[in-house]
Amino acid sequence: MDNSTLTGLLHGLPGVDQVGLEGRAATLATRSIKKDSKIWAIDTAISMVDLTTLEGMDTDGKVRALCTKALHPDPTDPACPAVAAVCVYGDLVATTRTCVGDRVHVAAVATAFPSGRASMDVKLMDTKQAVADGADEIDMVIDRGAFLAGNYAKVFEEIVAVKEACGDAHLKVILETGELKTYDNVRRAGWLAMQAGADFIKTSTGKVSPAATLPVTLLMLEAVRDFADQTGTRIGVKAAGGIKTSKDAIRYLVMVNETVGEDWLNPDMFRFGASSLLNDLLMQRQRMRDGHYSGPDYVTID
Amino acid sequence: MPFHYAPAPESRSIVDIESNYGLFIGGSFSEPSSGEFFKTINPATEEVLSEVAEAGQADVDAAVAAARRAYDKTWSKMSGKDRGKYIFRIARLIQERSRELAVLETLDNGKPIRESRDVDLPLVAAHFFYHAGWADKLEFAGYGPDPKSLGVAAQVIPWNFPLLMLAWKVAPALACGNTVVLKPAETTPLTALAFADICQQAGLPPGVVNIITGAGETGRMLVEHPDVDKVAFTGSTEVGKAIQRAVAGTKKKLTLELGGKAANIVFDDAPIDQAIEGIVNGIYFNQGHVCCAGSRLLLQESVADEALASLKRRLTTLRLGDPLDKNTDIGAINSSMQLSKIEELTASGEAEGAERWSPTCPIPDKGFWFPPTVFTNVTQAHRIAREEIFGPVLSVLTFRTPEEAVAKANNTPFGLSAGIWTEKGSRILWMANQMRAGIVWANTFNRFDPTSPFGGFKESGFGREGGVQGLGAYLNVEDPS
Amino acid sequence: MSRVDVRKTHKLFIGGAFPRSESGRTYEVTDSKEQFLANMALASRKDARDAVLAARSAVAKWSAATAYNRGQVLYRIAEVMEGRREQFISEVSDSEGVSSRKAGAHVDAAIDRWVWYAGWADKYAQVIGNTNPVAGPFFNFSVPEPTGVVAAVAPQDASVLGLVSVVAPIIVTGNAVIVMPSSSRPIPAITLAECLATSDVPPGVVNILTGAPAEVMPWLAEHADVNALDLTGIVDEGVAADLERSAAGTVKRVRGAAPHADWHATPSLSRMRAFVEVKTVWHPMGV
Repeated sequence: MDNSTLTGLLHGLPGVDQVGLEGRAATLATRSIKKDSKIWAIDTAISMVDLTTLEGMDTDGKVRALCTKALHPDPTDPACPAVAAVCVYGDLVATTRTCVGDRVHVAAVATAFPSGRASMDVKLMDTKQAVADGADEIDMVIDRGAFLAGNYAKVFEEIVAVKEACGDAHLKVILETGELKTYDNVRRAGWLAMQAGADFIKTSTGKVSPAATLPVTLLMLEAVRDFADQTGTRIGVKAAGGIKTSKDAIRYLVMVNETVGEDWLNPDMFRFGASSLLNDLLMQRQRMRDGHYSGPDYVTID
Repeated sequence: MPFHYAPAPESRSIVDIESNYGLFIGGSFSEPSSGEFFKTINPATEEVLSEVAEAGQADVDAAVAAARRAYDKTWSKMSGKDRGKYIFRIARLIQERSRELAVLETLDNGKPIRESRDVDLPLVAAHFFYHAGWADKLEFAGYGPDPKSLGVAAQVIPWNFPLLMLAWKVAPALACGNTVVLKPAETTPLTALAFADICQQAGLPPGVVNIITGAGETGRMLVEHPDVDKVAFTGSTEVGKAIQRAVAGTKKKLTLELGGKAANIVFDDAPIDQAIEGIVNGIYFNQGHVCCAGSRLLLQESVADEALASLKRRLTTLRLGDPLDKNTDIGAINSSMQLSKIEELTASGEAEGAERWSPTCPIPDKGFWFPPTVFTNVTQAHRIAREEIFGPVLSVLTFRTPEEAVAKANNTPFGLSAGIWTEKGSRILWMANQMRAGIVWANTFNRFDPTSPFGGFKESGFGREGGVQGLGAYLNVEDPS
Repeated sequence: MSRVDVRKTHKLFIGGAFPRSESGRTYEVTDSKEQFLANMALASRKDARDAVLAARSAVAKWSAATAYNRGQVLYRIAEVMEGRREQFISEVSDSEGVSSRKAGAHVDAAIDRWVWYAGWADKYAQVIGNTNPVAGPFFNFSVPEPTGVVAAVAPQDASVLGLVSVVAPIIVTGNAVIVMPSSSRPIPAITLAECLATSDVPPGVVNILTGAPAEVMPWLAEHADVNALDLTGIVDEGVAADLERSAAGTVKRVRGAAPHADWHATPSLSRMRAFVEVKTVWHPMGV
């Protein structure tokens, strides 16, 4: 598709009223999820976590600790579900795969994460190397500069090329909503990513604030719903960055439930990109199990 | 496993309901002269909540006399500054007892606790706060250097937002220096009686606020009482007309806030997901028991099918049930009488050829319930497009051009509110300019604020409540001198 | 043997905290009989600089708060002051050398003044703003917006009532303020600061610098990140004129000196009008 056709398509999408969208997210956040539905939600959220470390100071040691945690999040309870994936930088994929075997997914960030500011060759190389080392999921970033400059075709072509470089690995496309700034932009970028072949659309790198928010994720869920209606293809959504508490996570699940429905309430269709969220989920799980509030000494640091 | 939501009931234990209540006259509760009481029930369970007094003529006389005495001896002599302080105290007490009042409202009215907690009660407190601040600033409100109060106000309110309608009436009346006798609706007296308790806690001088319970007859006696200076009524257009006739030829000032059949207009360039929310909020909020409800959906014909499909999909996530459950979206219909009216009009819709649809909705065994309902292929000539149903029933019509939307929207004896959904700013303003309605909501619906005047054109009534304009109803501003 | 009391250290109020002056200086304050009352912090130009930073960082959020919220906060200040009425009365009585009864009337008026302004928060826009019936198919409306950061001098007498009468209208309209209270009678200002700190007033909305206006105000008058000046409490006409001249360098809005106004009288709208900017918006009306 040439740029002017793509522009016509994206600019023809329905507009988004900020106040209305945020109001809807706020009303959904008043749902009160208790007792057995809360237990179910906590376990589901745990199984949807992409347990993440994306720091300059990451080492094999750090990654090994994270992997152990990913496979057995609660040392006091073997029945606790494992997470969905471990998410690392490309050069740590091999270590990760060695630690987790086939028991959880291995997701690598690629394409000059988080900024995306590098040549196409470098981005593709980043992707291919991660896949070769054992990543079965790739989290790429879109070129926000190109998007904001109106060069939608460039953004589109990059996604297509990265998808090809993924081979069998499944592709999450990070929109970096905190840099797109407006909900209209997020709607357009999400649609573009889906048209270009994304398996998942993802809110953020977690390196820019604001990262995931309830309203922006609601918007992306609506886009995914409409895309499924129009094309029959179901795309997943990953909310990443800034989700710290079980209460937050449960709110996201309520939004998924009431926007796209049950078919998205599983790790194949919805993920949380998080690090500290897991411990809060575990503490809440312990509280539901034991009947009293837990504390940081009863969950592990990874 | 589907994500069901376990029951999440708000606790009833925060509320203490007496087995019976007298009339609040002259600062204290007293027995009705007739000795008659009537029951008030919880419409979700049909359980009797309490018995309240039936005020007869002697009681109405006593209440008006108490209001007159308080006006002459205390309230009209008090500085605006001091009046304001009492109203601020009331506002603060309402905030403190907010949860208790919300639970009580839900029990007596049937509306979901989420709404009484998140919408009704905050607005009630806000109304008292806003008006408290006007009490000593009336010279700045544009009514002259020293605007005077009217005297005793007789106020009759409906059952759909009991405590909020009380706030809309009492707060400006008091701020402007009047005393009041208020009659709550017969199916929802309890929060008004709790308000009487709040007046006592605030140390409000006795007789400034009087609450008398009763049905239509009590209301009639109250508004026809010769020693009343001002009448304020919110309720059906039919009763409003009767009151207007009764007041004719007297010197009583009158404001009426009556029914509506608002058009909610959706253009092809509407922000569609938010428009769907606005449609849902417009007619299903408060079970559609809203005078300004968006009960006529006017869809631009080119996007009608798509919009309807989205709307129906959205309606499948509405939760109908126990109003005290925090996850309930649609509560009980307020009374069996109202339920019959809704059923009669919806039957007419089908009989007249409109197509009826509701999402699958389990209905509880006891109580009064009506599932959210949509009628499509409705035209202006259908009864369900002309008459106020006052229930969760939406009538969907189409239009082709902005001019046609305007003509259809205005083609009604009502004129309370309207909604406009489009991303184009100039069209919003052009449409708003054409609407014969007292409130126009653009890309939103059912927004209320004490600073924002509310009231209708045509048979939706006259006078405004809230804002600077609303003060005029309670001030002596027609005096030729 | 009577109890030995714990005496207060009086510090500045900047950004919601109570720091000493960075200069380390203090000055003595005495009561009406020349008896020692306290050592007050003597604010420096650097304290003023820090106060401007605190005010500027507070303004965005305070001006974006709903009018209802600002009204609630101001009413809360009145509630907290009412609880400390006795302390205020005793401090005013000592500082000003008046009877408890007169001090009581003064303090009550100050509390009521907060209530008066609290009630304006959600109304002044209705009275100062409006729609304009322009000759054309346009929707035209005028809204008052806060000017931003205001530097003010409170009256030298009327230690509480004058201070409240200056500060309340500035903040109710969404501005942040740096105020210098009476230099001879500053103690009640610190008690007021303590009330503000416990009334949900966001840090930096009100900053109180005790000391000498003649020393500190010129720095604020020239400061490019201060939007307006309120010279109410300046007694010396020459000093007032100099400050007005300094303000011209950045075209600040200036409310002139009025050191001896009748603080008990009901205010007009002029103190709110002085610190808002009116923005007028045009929008076509057409299909």
